[in-house]
Amino acid sequence: MRKMAFVLVLMLALISTGAFAQDDSVTLRITWYDDGNEGEVLRGLLDQFEANNPDITVELDIVAYNVILEQIPQQVQAGESPDLLRLTNYLGLRGYYLDLTPYLSEPATFEDYFPEGVLNAFRVDAEDEGLYGLPLQTTVSGLYANATLFEQAGVELPTVEDGWDVWIEAATAAAEATETPYAIAFDRAGHRFVGPAISEGASFVNEDGSMTIDQPGFRVMAERLKAWHDSGITPVEVWLGAGGSYAAAADYFINGQAVLYMAGSWQINNFATNIGENFDWVAIGNPAGEEAASGMPGGAALLAMAATEHPEEVGRLMDFLATPEIYAEFTAQTLFLPGHLELPEFEYVTDNDDARAALEVFAAEVPKLADAAYALNFHPKFFDAFNIPTRERLTQYLAGELTLDEAIERIQQDADTAINPEA
Amino acid sequence: MESKQRLKIHHTPFETVYNAVVDALDFVLRPLQKRIGQRNMAYVFVLPNVAIFVIFVLFPMLMNFYYAFTGGSNIFPDQRPFVGLQNFETIFSCTDYTNPNTCREDLFWKAAFNTFGFVVFQVGGMVVISLITALALNRKIRARAFFRSVFFYPVLLSPVVVALIWRWVLQNDGLMNGVLVGLGADRVPFLTNPDWARFWVIFISVWSQMGFYTLILLAGLQSIPHELYEAGEIDGANPWQTFWGITLPLLMPTMLVVLVLSLIRAVQVFDQVYAFTNGGPGTATTYMIQYIYLTAFAGRGNQYGLAAAASVILAVVLLVFTLLQLRAGRQSELSV
Repeated sequence: MRKMAFVLVLMLALISTGAFAQDDSVTLRITWYDDGNEGEVLRGLLDQFEANNPDITVELDIVAYNVILEQIPQQVQAGESPDLLRLTNYLGLRGYYLDLTPYLSEPATFEDYFPEGVLNAFRVDAEDEGLYGLPLQTTVSGLYANATLFEQAGVELPTVEDGWDVWIEAATAAAEATETPYAIAFDRAGHRFVGPAISEGASFVNEDGSMTIDQPGFRVMAERLKAWHDSGITPVEVWLGAGGSYAAAADYFINGQAVLYMAGSWQINNFATNIGENFDWVAIGNPAGEEAASGMPGGAALLAMAATEHPEEVGRLMDFLATPEIYAEFTAQTLFLPGHLELPEFEYVTDNDDARAALEVFAAEVPKLADAAYALNFHPKFFDAFNIPTRERLTQYLAGELTLDEAIERIQQDADTAINPEA
Repeated sequence: MESKQRLKIHHTPFETVYNAVVDALDFVLRPLQKRIGQRNMAYVFVLPNVAIFVIFVLFPMLMNFYYAFTGGSNIFPDQRPFVGLQNFETIFSCTDYTNPNTCREDLFWKAAFNTFGFVVFQVGGMVVISLITALALNRKIRARAFFRSVFFYPVLLSPVVVALIWRWVLQNDGLMNGVLVGLGADRVPFLTNPDWARFWVIFISVWSQMGFYTLILLAGLQSIPHELYEAGEIDGANPWQTFWGITLPLLMPTMLVVLVLSLIRAVQVFDQVYAFTNGGPGTATTYMIQYIYLTAFAGRGNQYGLAAAASVILAVVLLVFTLLQLRAGRQSELSV
């Protein structure tokens, strides 16, 4: 028995020192979130990559978008990082990315594939020339309409040149005629609120990098949102009921409970899959305001993380994913607007005409985006200084806890603190 | 020798493994005991728990205290500037302490007022309802065991499960409004009206936890000697007099345990409410722990210093509460 105990202790010691580990293959981990089917599409491409690179295994860890926003940044700062990470707020983690330049087969070609402005968003400062990630998609915020409800109501669809008030009036008439509960569902996000506010003349980022919140365009849009809530034409549960719930607003539209829905191009696949043939839907773009008809740009990127222990393998994976044919396959199947400049001609993989038309509408929205929208979206503190404070404080305004003046004052305070936390 | 042989013959696989593990431990610990002596072995056995306490409780507590005096948004302590009492000054910077909107850190004060209201009504409701339930379940009623199980069952549920179930019941398109609309009534904004939301947060909190406190009070009731009730009966005491003269005084130490436990738990409320209302509508159900979480981690610019300062203030308040209650407990024991 004593001999057996000795063997047991020895085995435990060997296992703990990894003496039995003989597998030389490398495992890369990607932390990812899904809006639609992109995780599934990427998995298919990763299988191709693994077949051609038998020494590399890629694990796709799919988490909720809120985890990406609220938990991953702290983990990365604390040194617990995946090898690659899908982000929308890539400005917030600048400095934690791996410069892929030495690990890419042709860094110059890689750089030519993507818009300079987006690659700059991954860089620490103007001097930095590193290549840190792969822009996966371009997004534009904008409005959708349930065309079937308009048709059933006998109400003509306004055009994108018409302002928000015309759209709301028409949608309210359509909702009443068809006994649809709501005229509009509006994503609970500062990002979605910004486009219409900029269209009404707001421009938030100053030359010195500070922000000014109190502007007529902001007030006009905030008061509109409040009026929609007070009159009951929008589901109050989206902004007041359970915070941070993006899916909730989309569900009202998908279920035919809202005539209009303010979201963006990233919802196309979701609608093609979940609305299907239930009703006809159209992407409208961004209704005109006093000054512009701008949505808000955005996007998602796959960033290589500096903490990876396998930079060469990460470089090989990025090379593969940036290949125009592979990227085109990803874009075609996900129904994303591409972030790649040199794609071969490709066809989106959908037999849904509404989805095809929506892709064209959102592609046409890109040139209409206002400079103020780019300036805000690429502000390094956009999320903490604007997106989240606007969401939270507007919610307090809508709930009656704050007046609009107080809400604006608080957003300004939150923005100043986020931009300069040491002040 | 003979018995050894018999043992070998009758060993099951489990016993073989068990004996091997015991022998392996013996293999490691016996030489250690020989080296440091039997007396000092106690420290070896205590060491794992002490290590866990130091690593997961004491060290984070001290770190939190240090962070309360630092600023910036960097997570590493060596990269955080020392700012002295600035975080505490930010929190206490108010022109009118009764109106959170006049405070620089308005969300802290909203959370503080909300937590105070929650503690008063939740703990009060919890103690009273648990006591009534325990008194009822202590009587010889039909299906007593069944009812005891029914009241205890919600305690076994995860707080998130409880929150989701009740959210489905109470949301705008939920079960409750479905019934109301079916009966011809209007929908009630159970979760989007601040007052309703506060009420339901307290209600589900009491509903989900009262079984635990009922059980403690039931044990307290059953420990009261039956002879005292017989003596009261002989003296002609009515049920009301029996309750006030015998049950309540003798139950007071147990009540105090219930009060301390429920009060500490109420101040720490987070997971259930986070899943149920996410602190809304607006900030109507944002309580202190959620404020700390939001300020440090979820989109308020990673203000770790401010969040740590709020944690220190909360710890001080809890400490004062606990000391007051311990003192009250000692006085209550003396009077009994």
